[in-house]
Amino acid sequence: MEKKIGCYICTGCGIGDALDVKALGNIAAKEQKIPVVKNHEFLCGSDGIELIRKDMAAEGVNALVIVGCSHRVKTEEFRLGVTQMDRVDIRDKCLWILNVPEGDETAEEDRQMMAEDYVRIGCVKVKKMNEPHPYVAATPFSKEIMVVGGGIAGLTAALEAARTGYNVLLVEKEEALGGKVARMHKVSPARAPYNKLEENPLPKLLAEVKGNKHIRIVNNTVVQKTVGAPGLFDVTLKGNGGTSVERVGSIIIATGYEPYDPGKLEKRLGYGSSPDIVTSMEFEEMAKSGKILRKSDGKPAKRVAFSLCAGQRDSSHLEYCSGACCTYSLKQALYVIENHPDASAYLIYQEVRTPGQMEDFYRKVQNEGGVFIKGDIQQVSSTPSGLTLEVDDKLLRQKIKMDVDLLVLATGMETTVDTQDPNSASPVGKQVDDLPGSVLNLQYRQGPGLPSLKNNFPDSHFICFPYETRRTGIYVAGPARRPMGIAASCTDAAGAALKAIQVVESVARGAAVHPRAGDLSFPSFREEGCTQCKRCTEECPFGAINEDEKGNPLFNPTRCRRCGTCMGACPQKIISFANYSVDMIGSMLKEMEIPEADDEKPRILVFACENDAIPALDMVGRGRSALSPYIRIIPLRCMGSMSLVWIADAMSKGYDGILLMGCRHGTDYQCHNVRGSALAEIRLSKVSETLDRLQLESDRVKMVEVNIMDAETLPQVINNFVAAISELDPNPYKEF
Amino acid sequence: MTYDLTFAKEVYQNSEEGHWIKMCMQCGVCAGSCPMGFLGAWKHSPRQIFQMVRAGMRDEVLGSSDMWMCTSCYNCIVRCPRNLPITHIIHGLARYASVEGKADPKQPTHLFAKDIFWENIVATGRVGEAALTMKLYFKDGIGEGIKQGLEMKDAALGMMKAKRLKPLPFRGKIKGYPGFKAMLKKAFELEQQKEGKA
Repeated sequence: MEKKIGCYICTGCGIGDALDVKALGNIAAKEQKIPVVKNHEFLCGSDGIELIRKDMAAEGVNALVIVGCSHRVKTEEFRLGVTQMDRVDIRDKCLWILNVPEGDETAEEDRQMMAEDYVRIGCVKVKKMNEPHPYVAATPFSKEIMVVGGGIAGLTAALEAARTGYNVLLVEKEEALGGKVARMHKVSPARAPYNKLEENPLPKLLAEVKGNKHIRIVNNTVVQKTVGAPGLFDVTLKGNGGTSVERVGSIIIATGYEPYDPGKLEKRLGYGSSPDIVTSMEFEEMAKSGKILRKSDGKPAKRVAFSLCAGQRDSSHLEYCSGACCTYSLKQALYVIENHPDASAYLIYQEVRTPGQMEDFYRKVQNEGGVFIKGDIQQVSSTPSGLTLEVDDKLLRQKIKMDVDLLVLATGMETTVDTQDPNSASPVGKQVDDLPGSVLNLQYRQGPGLPSLKNNFPDSHFICFPYETRRTGIYVAGPARRPMGIAASCTDAAGAALKAIQVVESVARGAAVHPRAGDLSFPSFREEGCTQCKRCTEECPFGAINEDEKGNPLFNPTRCRRCGTCMGACPQKIISFANYSVDMIGSMLKEMEIPEADDEKPRILVFACENDAIPALDMVGRGRSALSPYIRIIPLRCMGSMSLVWIADAMSKGYDGILLMGCRHGTDYQCHNVRGSALAEIRLSKVSETLDRLQLESDRVKMVEVNIMDAETLPQVINNFVAAISELDPNPYKEF
Repeated sequence: MTYDLTFAKEVYQNSEEGHWIKMCMQCGVCAGSCPMGFLGAWKHSPRQIFQMVRAGMRDEVLGSSDMWMCTSCYNCIVRCPRNLPITHIIHGLARYASVEGKADPKQPTHLFAKDIFWENIVATGRVGEAALTMKLYFKDGIGEGIKQGLEMKDAALGMMKAKRLKPLPFRGKIKGYPGFKAMLKKAFELEQQKEGKA
């Protein structure tokens, strides 16, 4: 179908009063040759929308340039089923960010020039767009969800998904389901008033899972390898004496944690030196069997000490807090107190950390008589009457000795997911058919495991997408993702189940999942132009691209998040999306008018990330800050899609400076695509060569980290950059 | 043996508001809020006293002068995140120490409260300022008393001039003094009952 573009200019919100709308219309109609150009005083109102709809029906308009406010507002109103569309923002990021005093003709002229440039690039953008066609694979997509691990998190995830009608394949490596919670006596409170021990919820959950017709349970089985992509995962299962291949749509990993090896702890904690020094899990089993006894002589254990943070928050063991040990130690202290009327539980802690409602449970244990001692155990010695602890008591400020019957060590949690160092971009070895210890053994170019950020836990976008991993369609729930207790694991599992459903549904529609949820485009490439440099396969933050034997990229569209990092990485510029390409942004920046050097109106190109920098700029507009009228903003999907060609093009076109606004990167990254802004920064470090070749100052290009909350400081950052550029001579390429 | 709970249980049961001590989470807000802490008046902050109770340090706690330094400003009560009535707990401990005969009789606040102030008010049913002041000044001997009296001479004369201080030490009993005595007797009985001594 022939593309017919309609350009609709809203004159509401003061646009009509401030700008020469007729001139804007002429830019679209005469200069950009848009066949249908119309104004409306209230475009987002029902009359305005009706006007557009009528043209779509009667005139065959099928692509839209909506000129008015930011694309982040009135999204529902302009959801017209049009895939080739751009919202040109001349309100929030033009009218509202410029300070134009009444009657100041120069300022008015500058503002008009900015609006005209934005109309130009909006028209170019839509002209360069193609209709995206949803991805359809050669083989059918599966909507089945595989859950690996049949502990409390895995069972919950399976049940939550099955209750919504999805088929679930539950894979458990042991004979019995239940995991660690099966070994527990009671559990800490999960409901108000959070002060009573609760019965183990596992038997009930297990019965529900076993009785659910949507759940297929495969026990004694592990995943040997995983090939494919969301909707198309072909998983080889090994167990019960054979292997089989299953097609699933998405995967939830709920393999839980491994307790930290108590044998690695310092001698001062005495593990191994007496049978009366046990780990929390061992104590739990004692409580379950109803025998809180000294293992050494079978006498009742009436005085039980708990060492919290055993080997945790400690640079020579686990550096992090496992978050759940204080709570389960409190629970176990209650076992002791409730077991004997004259029993005592001593909790030796650094800090008691009881997240969420567990503060109430902490109070309960205090009220029941739990004794809390802030200090370090310095030595444990066995005596005929039991154990003698030497504790450096931080509150009494003295070393004390105490006799106890049992010492329980609250060791921390380590993930069971095989993860990879986040800094190694290259693949880890060759793809192998069987990799013991690997949860999924992904047959991905970037390695078999999941990338981690720190402490070996799988990376997730902590703020926006906590269940995510950096492998689309694969979600981790429970303490495999980060240390947590039972209640948190169940919540986590429900969240992961929802994400797993979201991805199978999105894949079936050929659409992207977050952050560009619903985007139908996906990367395609011109194979004849490929030089097998492998930058795209190495840089993709989500490991979406495999390689064929020759080293050409093999795209897996359902793994793709549409960030465009591959597009920005490609030195040959052969990767593009139907609605986003190197050519598109390049043409946009070339279309803007660059005043001659004598006009003393510099032009600063601002590439702004759509996820954080653009919302921040919108907030700047809403706050009516005064920005320089010389800036020209082009939104990018992600800084990762930034191609160095644009820098060269912009410099040769005559822009005086380029400011790139990406998200924070590093350990506390905020980039929605994890590595986009970090990769842009690396690419940019090579830009000085380009500038040298053009004989331009390298100060002309600058990258800044912008957080969504930076609206207050952003005007200064931008205006300072404009001021610094104004100090330089005008870009000499303006004249050519 | 440290952290023997006998003393802690004794305090929880017998000392007024003492049962709250087990609920302290040792955050230290009381210590940071206490004006006497800035003056360096105590050796152990409220939370340390509480921990010492839990640790079973009976002699150290009851013999301590720390509880007697409380000025009842109530900063700690206002700020305690666990809503412990800290001021009251401290007063309870001080009184318990006195009852148990562990408090130093020469501790100035203890002496003032137990002997000087109490005797003064019980004698007539009202506070006799001059007698009270004199007793306080002369508690450390005649020389010390004269010295302190001279130091405060101007203040006393000023107060007399403003009719805020009666020069005569004794003003006689209040109206209904027998009733007052009966009330005190009853209160004492009730207290004995509560403490299981009657």
